[in-house]
Amino acid sequence: MILVLVGVSLIVFAIMMLIPEGQRVAIYVTGEKIRNEQIDSLIVKYGLRDPAPVQYFRWIKNIFKGDFGHSITASAPVIEGFKMYFPVTLELVLYSTPLIILVGIWLGTIGAVHKDKPIDHFTRIFAIVGYSLPTFWLGLMLMMFFYGLLGIFPPGTISIVGKDILYNPEYHQYTRILTIDAILNGNWRMFWDAIYHLTLPTINLVLLSSALIMRLMRSSMIDALGQDYIRTAMAKGADKKTIYNTHARRNALIPVITISGLMFAGLMGGMVITETIFARKGIGLWMARAATQLDVAAIMFNVLFLGVVFVVINLIVDLIYAWVDPRIRLT
Amino acid sequence: MNSVNNENSTSAINVDYEQPVSQHPALTEAIFTVKRFIKNPLSIIGLTIILVFTLIAIFAPFLAPPENERDPYRIPHDGWTISPSPPSADHPFGTMEQQYDIFYGIIWGTRSAFKIGFSVVLINLIIGVILGSIAGYYGGLFDEIIMRITDMFYALPFLVVAMALVVALGRGLQSIIIVMIILGWPTYTRMIRGDILTIREKDYILAARASGTSDLKIIIRHILPNSVYSVLIVASMNIGATVLTAAALSFLGLGAETGYADWGQMVSMCRNWIVGPPDARLAYWYVVFIPGFVIALFVLGWNLLGDAARDVFDPKMRRK
Repeated sequence: MILVLVGVSLIVFAIMMLIPEGQRVAIYVTGEKIRNEQIDSLIVKYGLRDPAPVQYFRWIKNIFKGDFGHSITASAPVIEGFKMYFPVTLELVLYSTPLIILVGIWLGTIGAVHKDKPIDHFTRIFAIVGYSLPTFWLGLMLMMFFYGLLGIFPPGTISIVGKDILYNPEYHQYTRILTIDAILNGNWRMFWDAIYHLTLPTINLVLLSSALIMRLMRSSMIDALGQDYIRTAMAKGADKKTIYNTHARRNALIPVITISGLMFAGLMGGMVITETIFARKGIGLWMARAATQLDVAAIMFNVLFLGVVFVVINLIVDLIYAWVDPRIRLT
Repeated sequence: MNSVNNENSTSAINVDYEQPVSQHPALTEAIFTVKRFIKNPLSIIGLTIILVFTLIAIFAPFLAPPENERDPYRIPHDGWTISPSPPSADHPFGTMEQQYDIFYGIIWGTRSAFKIGFSVVLINLIIGVILGSIAGYYGGLFDEIIMRITDMFYALPFLVVAMALVVALGRGLQSIIIVMIILGWPTYTRMIRGDILTIREKDYILAARASGTSDLKIIIRHILPNSVYSVLIVASMNIGATVLTAAALSFLGLGAETGYADWGQMVSMCRNWIVGPPDARLAYWYVVFIPGFVIALFVLGWNLLGDAARDVFDPKMRRK
């Protein structure tokens, strides 16, 4: 775990070192304009020409101090930018992840139980289309159809009316997650406003990410249904629903859990694109902007952050895996 | 995938009552495979899609004659008018921002797509086969080092790291290809290593080793042919996935410069034209729809092909 984290930091650092010094200086410059002549002295001042190991340890030291440099795109220190953007992303993750998992498992089970029937072909086509469609294109199409043609589900995170409520001194922003804040404030208008803006991005992510889970769930459920104990249960005349839901599905879930870590990687990528399309000011959009405007500090921070999140998620997946499959716990 | 049949080891179980037994087992196997492949409608669709794209790529100079022979990837444009114009006789798919011809971009973009997909997957495959077989066959310290490196790569979300790397190397299609090679090889290395680990323990490898066959010959003649199907299936699907990722990076504004015949670049140009003027809100549908649709079709083709190939080649699925 620690080793992997060190590895992640090394890769991020290596990527950073590929960037010319003149651009890396931007990490340390806060706000003010600098002239070309100054760049050289700044490079020396921040030791950007030191040997790589020295720079690496200095960088790590700064990270532990919570100093990630200055972000041009957020026009604030990176950590402030993060506090601003992260809740928006978290909110989308909060709504889409359970849906992705549920839809994937549900469709996969249906496909397996009705193998080679029309409904199975339908779910298979859904899956193939799901992972063939470019995230950005599906998003654009959704937006064109719903917002463009029907005029509903606009892009952004909140309407103008919602913004007024948001900056009202009586409205407290506890978590900065819009829907949760709305509930805590008892402001239902705000809640529906946020949900209204969340709908399309969530649909986009669910359509694309659940395909992977669905596919695996289908094949692993078919595998489970072919086992001897299922035949035994069938022969004993057990209720079909019980067989599917408790006997087969529980065992079929095991490989699905291992892949869900992988799904998260896809979700993070999908998040960058989804937020860009639907103009949601989360870390995905921040990264996309930072990438086009060479905001080195923001890019590196986000890669590091998402890398760490990903490592932690994989650890959690391993723990769940051991919990679901006792065979692993015992060995 | 540990027991993928090769021609030599299947003859015993391969007696198909439709075929005369005297036929060479490899031939029986090939006929059976082709039959199964043709029976599956999805595989035919996939194959057709890829064939059509291949033809388009080959005959690009005839389908859309370039204005400038030396730089055919530059999409010609009529003037500088900002707003796109709808399909017409001159421009069958309409034009994008600054009047770049969409039809021309699609045709020549097919070549770009094949270039991206093939170069990335081929190089990754070579790296994967070399590193994977060494790590899997010999094990030991080398194996440990390579696996820890792939662990590190696996610990990072692909698109996010790819974005950072493209920024570091400088924007452009070239950088995107390099980045996907840098980030792509661990998948293949791991897969081939895993395959080899299971095959290595088989009796026929032991027999080959006992009879004094050299390591290199064992790997090339006896191990790789047994794991090649599973790897090729993944490779076929990855050609689509590679083009998809490249397009995603282009969409985020990290790809080729404006006017280059690349599908991803064309999609990124359409971002300002999602919703038309109030009286005709879908006025610019062609700018958004066509390039993305072509990408989706290309990826779908490779996925269907890979999916069908898996069903055909997987010994567990094939004789049910």
